[in-house]
Amino acid sequence: MQYLFYLFAAISIISALFVVGARSPVNSVIALIVCFLSIAGHYILLNAQFLAMVQIIVYTGAIMVLFLFVIMLLNLNKAIEPRKSLVTRVAAVSAGGLFLLTVLGAIKDGIGLAKPEHYDVGVGLVKSVGNSLFTTFLVPFELSSVLFLSAIIGAVMLGRKETNTKPMVKSGDEFAGLNQAEHVR
Amino acid sequence: MKDVITAIQAVPMEHYVVLSMILFSIGMAGVLFRRNTIIILMCLELMFNSVNLLLTAFSAHHSDPGGQVFVFFIMLVAAAEVTVGLAILVMMKRNVDSVDINQLSRLKG
Repeated sequence: MQYLFYLFAAISIISALFVVGARSPVNSVIALIVCFLSIAGHYILLNAQFLAMVQIIVYTGAIMVLFLFVIMLLNLNKAIEPRKSLVTRVAAVSAGGLFLLTVLGAIKDGIGLAKPEHYDVGVGLVKSVGNSLFTTFLVPFELSSVLFLSAIIGAVMLGRKETNTKPMVKSGDEFAGLNQAEHVR
Repeated sequence: MKDVITAIQAVPMEHYVVLSMILFSIGMAGVLFRRNTIIILMCLELMFNSVNLLLTAFSAHHSDPGGQVFVFFIMLVAAAEVTVGLAILVMMKRNVDSVDINQLSRLKG
Protein backbone atom coordinates (compact mmCIF):
# COMPACT_ATOMS: atom_id res chain seq x y z
CA MET A 1 0.00 0.00 0.00
CA GLN A 2 2.84 2.39 0.78
CA TYR A 3 4.45 1.63 -2.56
CA LEU A 4 1.36 2.96 -4.32
CA PHE A 5 1.78 6.21 -2.40
CA TYR A 6 5.39 6.59 -3.51
CA LEU A 7 4.48 5.65 -7.09
CA PHE A 8 1.73 8.29 -7.21
CA ALA A 9 4.03 10.81 -5.53
CA ALA A 10 6.73 10.26 -8.16
CA ILE A 11 4.19 10.57 -10.97
CA SER A 12 2.75 13.79 -9.60
CA ILE A 13 6.13 15.44 -8.98
CA ILE A 14 7.52 14.52 -12.40
CA SER A 15 4.40 15.66 -14.22
CA ALA A 16 4.37 18.90 -12.20
CA LEU A 17 7.93 19.53 -13.38
CA PHE A 18 6.74 18.90 -16.94
CA VAL A 19 3.97 21.49 -16.48
CA VAL A 20 6.54 24.14 -15.67
CA GLY A 21 9.13 23.00 -18.17
CA ALA A 22 7.17 22.17 -21.31
CA ARG A 23 7.59 24.52 -24.23
CA SER A 24 4.15 24.07 -25.73
CA PRO A 25 1.03 24.92 -23.66
CA VAL A 26 -0.82 21.78 -24.82
CA ASN A 27 1.96 19.60 -23.40
CA SER A 28 1.63 21.50 -20.13
CA VAL A 29 -2.10 20.79 -20.05
CA ILE A 30 -1.56 17.07 -20.66
CA ALA A 31 1.09 16.92 -17.91
CA LEU A 32 -1.25 18.74 -15.54
CA ILE A 33 -4.04 16.24 -16.29
CA VAL A 34 -1.66 13.39 -15.40
CA CYS A 35 -0.75 15.23 -12.19
CA PHE A 36 -4.42 15.67 -11.25
CA LEU A 37 -5.16 12.01 -11.93
CA SER A 38 -2.32 10.95 -9.66
CA ILE A 39 -3.65 13.28 -6.97
CA ALA A 40 -7.02 11.55 -7.39
CA GLY A 41 -5.12 8.31 -6.74
CA HIS A 42 -3.80 9.83 -3.51
CA TYR A 43 -7.38 10.65 -2.52
CA ILE A 44 -8.43 7.05 -3.07
CA LEU A 45 -5.49 5.87 -0.94
CA LEU A 46 -6.74 8.21 1.79
CA ASN A 47 -10.24 6.70 1.52
CA ALA A 48 -11.60 10.06 0.30
CA GLN A 49 -13.73 8.56 -2.44
CA PHE A 50 -16.04 11.54 -2.88
CA LEU A 51 -13.13 13.91 -3.38
CA ALA A 52 -11.48 11.53 -5.85
CA MET A 53 -14.60 11.51 -8.01
CA VAL A 54 -15.00 15.30 -7.73
CA GLN A 55 -11.32 15.72 -8.60
CA ILE A 56 -11.69 13.66 -11.76
CA ILE A 57 -14.99 15.24 -12.80
CA VAL A 58 -14.32 18.87 -11.92
CA TYR A 59 -10.58 19.24 -12.45
CA THR A 60 -9.63 16.88 -15.23
CA GLY A 61 -13.08 16.88 -16.78
CA ALA A 62 -14.10 20.52 -16.66
CA ILE A 63 -11.24 22.84 -15.79
CA MET A 64 -8.57 21.26 -17.96
CA VAL A 65 -10.97 20.94 -20.89
CA LEU A 66 -11.65 24.65 -20.45
CA PHE A 67 -7.90 25.31 -20.60
CA LEU A 68 -7.55 23.19 -23.73
CA PHE A 69 -10.53 24.93 -25.29
CA VAL A 70 -9.05 28.38 -24.66
CA ILE A 71 -5.66 27.29 -26.03
CA MET A 72 -7.27 26.03 -29.21
CA LEU A 73 -9.63 29.01 -29.47
CA LEU A 74 -6.79 31.51 -29.26
CA ASN A 75 -4.40 29.32 -31.27
CA LEU A 76 -1.75 29.51 -28.59
CA ASN A 77 -0.01 26.26 -29.38
CA LYS A 78 3.15 27.87 -30.64
CA ALA A 79 6.26 27.66 -28.53
CA ILE A 80 7.33 31.22 -29.23
CA GLU A 81 7.18 32.40 -25.67
CA PRO A 82 10.19 34.60 -24.94
CA ARG A 83 12.13 33.61 -21.86
CA LYS A 84 12.57 35.78 -18.86
CA SER A 85 16.01 37.13 -18.14
CA LEU A 86 18.54 34.84 -16.49
CA VAL A 87 18.46 36.75 -13.21
CA THR A 88 14.68 36.42 -12.99
CA ARG A 89 14.80 32.72 -13.75
CA VAL A 90 17.48 32.02 -11.15
CA ALA A 91 15.54 34.12 -8.64
CA ALA A 92 12.32 32.19 -9.40
CA VAL A 93 13.90 28.78 -8.94
CA SER A 94 15.74 29.82 -5.79
CA ALA A 95 12.54 31.34 -4.36
CA GLY A 96 10.76 28.01 -4.78
CA GLY A 97 13.72 26.09 -3.40
CA LEU A 98 14.10 28.35 -0.38
CA PHE A 99 10.40 28.04 0.39
CA LEU A 100 10.72 24.26 0.24
CA LEU A 101 13.80 24.32 2.47
CA THR A 102 12.04 26.50 5.03
CA VAL A 103 9.06 24.16 5.30
CA LEU A 104 11.26 21.06 5.41
CA GLY A 105 13.30 22.65 8.17
CA ALA A 106 10.12 23.42 10.09
CA ILE A 107 8.91 19.81 10.05
CA LYS A 108 12.23 18.00 10.35
CA ASP A 109 11.48 16.86 13.91
CA GLY A 110 8.08 15.52 12.90
CA ILE A 111 4.76 17.26 13.22
CA GLY A 112 3.57 15.50 16.36
CA LEU A 113 0.20 14.44 15.05
CA ALA A 114 -2.05 13.06 17.78
CA LYS A 115 -3.98 9.91 17.01
CA PRO A 116 -7.75 10.40 17.13
CA GLU A 117 -9.55 8.71 19.99
CA HIS A 118 -12.17 6.99 17.91
CA TYR A 119 -11.73 6.37 14.24
CA ASP A 120 -14.70 6.69 11.90
CA VAL A 121 -14.22 4.53 8.82
CA GLY A 122 -16.98 6.37 6.97
CA VAL A 123 -15.03 9.64 6.76
CA GLY A 124 -14.53 10.53 3.10
CA LEU A 125 -17.43 8.53 1.77
CA VAL A 126 -20.29 10.36 0.08
CA LYS A 127 -22.59 9.90 3.07
CA SER A 128 -20.23 11.46 5.60
CA VAL A 129 -19.18 14.39 3.42
CA GLY A 130 -22.79 15.05 2.38
CA ASN A 131 -23.95 14.94 5.98
CA SER A 132 -21.56 17.61 7.13
CA LEU A 133 -22.03 19.60 3.91
CA PHE A 134 -25.76 19.90 4.46
CA THR A 135 -25.78 20.36 8.22
CA THR A 136 -22.68 22.11 9.53
CA PHE A 137 -21.65 23.85 6.33
CA LEU A 138 -25.07 24.59 4.85
CA VAL A 139 -24.72 28.38 4.77
CA PRO A 140 -21.33 28.42 2.97
CA PHE A 141 -22.70 25.85 0.54
CA GLU A 142 -25.61 28.10 -0.35
CA LEU A 143 -23.34 31.15 -0.53
CA SER A 144 -21.12 29.36 -3.04
CA SER A 145 -24.03 29.48 -5.50
CA VAL A 146 -23.88 33.28 -5.26
CA LEU A 147 -20.15 33.06 -5.94
CA PHE A 148 -20.83 30.98 -9.04
CA LEU A 149 -23.48 33.42 -10.24
CA SER A 150 -21.05 36.32 -9.93
CA ALA A 151 -18.35 34.28 -11.68
CA ILE A 152 -20.71 33.56 -14.60
CA ILE A 153 -21.71 37.21 -14.87
CA GLY A 154 -18.09 38.32 -14.63
CA ALA A 155 -16.96 35.89 -17.32
CA VAL A 156 -19.73 37.01 -19.68
CA MET A 157 -18.97 40.67 -19.03
CA LEU A 158 -15.25 40.17 -19.62
CA GLY A 159 -15.61 37.85 -22.56
CA ARG A 160 -18.02 39.75 -24.78
CA LYS A 161 -16.86 42.13 -27.45
CA GLU A 162 -16.78 45.73 -26.29
CA THR A 163 -19.44 47.67 -28.13
CA ASN A 164 -19.69 50.76 -25.96
CA THR A 165 -16.49 52.29 -27.30
CA LYS A 166 -18.41 53.67 -30.27
CA PRO A 167 -20.00 57.09 -29.89
CA MET A 168 -23.34 56.96 -28.20
CA VAL A 169 -25.18 58.85 -30.96
CA LYS A 170 -25.29 55.95 -33.37
CA SER A 171 -25.98 53.25 -30.83
CA GLY A 172 -29.76 53.14 -30.61
CA ASP A 173 -33.14 54.72 -30.70
CA GLU A 174 -33.25 55.68 -27.07
CA PHE A 175 -30.51 58.21 -27.63
CA ALA A 176 -31.94 59.57 -30.87
CA GLY A 177 -34.75 61.44 -29.18
CA LEU A 178 -32.36 62.89 -26.64
CA ASN A 179 -30.08 64.06 -29.41
CA GLN A 180 -32.91 65.74 -31.29
CA ALA A 181 -33.97 67.52 -28.15
CA GLU A 182 -30.47 68.93 -27.80
CA HIS A 183 -30.53 70.12 -31.39
CA VAL A 184 -33.86 71.89 -30.90
CA ARG A 185 -32.52 73.60 -27.86
CA MET B 1 -12.66 -1.97 9.07
CA LYS B 2 -9.24 -2.27 10.67
CA ASP B 3 -7.75 -2.60 7.21
CA VAL B 4 -8.85 0.88 6.20
CA ILE B 5 -7.30 2.42 9.29
CA THR B 6 -3.99 0.60 8.92
CA ALA B 7 -3.90 1.41 5.20
CA ILE B 8 -4.38 5.10 5.86
CA GLN B 9 -1.85 5.20 8.67
CA ALA B 10 0.73 3.15 6.76
CA VAL B 11 2.09 6.31 5.16
CA PRO B 12 3.31 8.77 7.79
CA MET B 13 1.79 12.22 7.76
CA GLU B 14 5.17 13.88 7.27
CA HIS B 15 5.46 12.36 3.83
CA TYR B 16 2.21 13.95 2.77
CA VAL B 17 3.47 17.31 4.05
CA VAL B 18 6.72 16.92 2.12
CA LEU B 19 4.94 15.85 -1.08
CA SER B 20 2.46 18.70 -1.06
CA MET B 21 5.14 21.24 -0.21
CA ILE B 22 7.23 20.00 -3.15
CA LEU B 23 4.21 20.41 -5.43
CA PHE B 24 3.51 23.86 -3.99
CA SER B 25 7.12 24.96 -4.53
CA ILE B 26 7.05 23.74 -8.12
CA GLY B 27 3.86 25.72 -8.71
CA MET B 28 5.31 28.80 -7.04
CA ALA B 29 8.52 28.63 -9.05
CA GLY B 30 6.43 28.15 -12.21
CA VAL B 31 4.39 31.29 -11.53
CA LEU B 32 7.61 33.27 -11.21
CA PHE B 33 9.43 31.42 -14.00
CA ARG B 34 7.06 31.52 -16.97
CA ARG B 35 5.75 34.44 -18.99
CA ASN B 36 2.80 32.72 -20.64
CA THR B 37 -0.34 33.70 -18.74
CA ILE B 38 -2.14 30.41 -19.34
CA ILE B 39 0.75 28.43 -17.84
CA ILE B 40 0.77 30.79 -14.86
CA LEU B 41 -2.93 29.94 -14.35
CA MET B 42 -2.09 26.24 -14.57
CA CYS B 43 0.63 26.63 -11.94
CA LEU B 44 -1.98 28.29 -9.71
CA GLU B 45 -4.14 25.21 -10.13
CA LEU B 46 -1.17 23.07 -9.14
CA MET B 47 -0.74 25.07 -5.93
CA PHE B 48 -4.47 24.72 -5.18
CA ASN B 49 -4.18 20.97 -5.62
CA SER B 50 -1.20 20.60 -3.33
CA VAL B 51 -3.10 22.39 -0.57
CA ASN B 52 -6.15 20.20 -1.25
CA LEU B 53 -4.03 17.08 -0.89
CA LEU B 54 -2.61 18.26 2.42
CA LEU B 55 -6.06 19.13 3.80
CA THR B 56 -7.41 15.75 2.75
CA ALA B 57 -4.48 13.92 4.31
CA PHE B 58 -4.92 15.74 7.62
CA SER B 59 -8.66 15.12 7.48
CA ALA B 60 -8.20 11.39 6.91
CA HIS B 61 -5.58 11.08 9.64
CA HIS B 62 -7.72 13.03 12.10
CA SER B 63 -10.89 11.22 11.02
CA ASP B 64 -12.71 14.53 10.62
CA PRO B 65 -14.91 15.19 7.57
CA GLY B 66 -14.64 18.98 7.95
CA GLY B 67 -11.35 19.09 6.08
CA GLN B 68 -12.80 17.32 3.08
CA VAL B 69 -15.75 19.70 2.95
CA PHE B 70 -13.20 22.50 2.97
CA VAL B 71 -11.43 20.89 0.01
CA PHE B 72 -14.77 20.77 -1.78
CA PHE B 73 -15.21 24.51 -1.25
CA ILE B 74 -11.67 25.15 -2.49
CA MET B 75 -12.55 23.24 -5.66
CA LEU B 76 -15.65 25.44 -6.11
CA VAL B 77 -13.61 28.61 -5.69
CA ALA B 78 -10.95 27.29 -8.09
CA ALA B 79 -13.58 26.61 -10.75
CA ALA B 80 -14.97 30.15 -10.43
CA GLU B 81 -11.44 31.60 -10.46
CA VAL B 82 -10.51 29.70 -13.61
CA THR B 83 -13.66 30.92 -15.36
CA VAL B 84 -12.88 34.55 -14.68
CA GLY B 85 -9.14 34.10 -15.29
CA LEU B 86 -9.66 32.57 -18.72
CA ALA B 87 -12.16 35.30 -19.61
CA ILE B 88 -9.50 37.86 -18.69
CA LEU B 89 -7.01 35.92 -20.81
CA VAL B 90 -9.32 35.99 -23.84
CA MET B 91 -9.85 39.73 -23.35
CA MET B 92 -6.09 40.27 -23.03
CA LYS B 93 -5.45 38.33 -26.25
CA ARG B 94 -8.09 40.45 -28.00
CA ASN B 95 -6.77 43.77 -26.72
CA VAL B 96 -2.99 43.47 -26.86
CA ASP B 97 -2.79 40.38 -29.14
CA SER B 98 -0.46 38.52 -26.82
CA VAL B 99 -0.58 36.33 -23.72
CA ASP B 100 2.76 37.55 -22.42
CA ILE B 101 2.43 38.66 -18.81
CA ASN B 102 5.05 41.36 -19.34
CA GLN B 103 2.66 43.18 -21.68
CA LEU B 104 0.44 43.95 -18.72
CA SER B 105 2.70 46.54 -17.14
CA ARG B 106 0.56 49.58 -17.78
CA LEU B 107 -0.35 49.89 -14.10
CA LYS B 108 3.33 50.22 -13.17
CA GLY B 109 4.03 53.81 -12.12
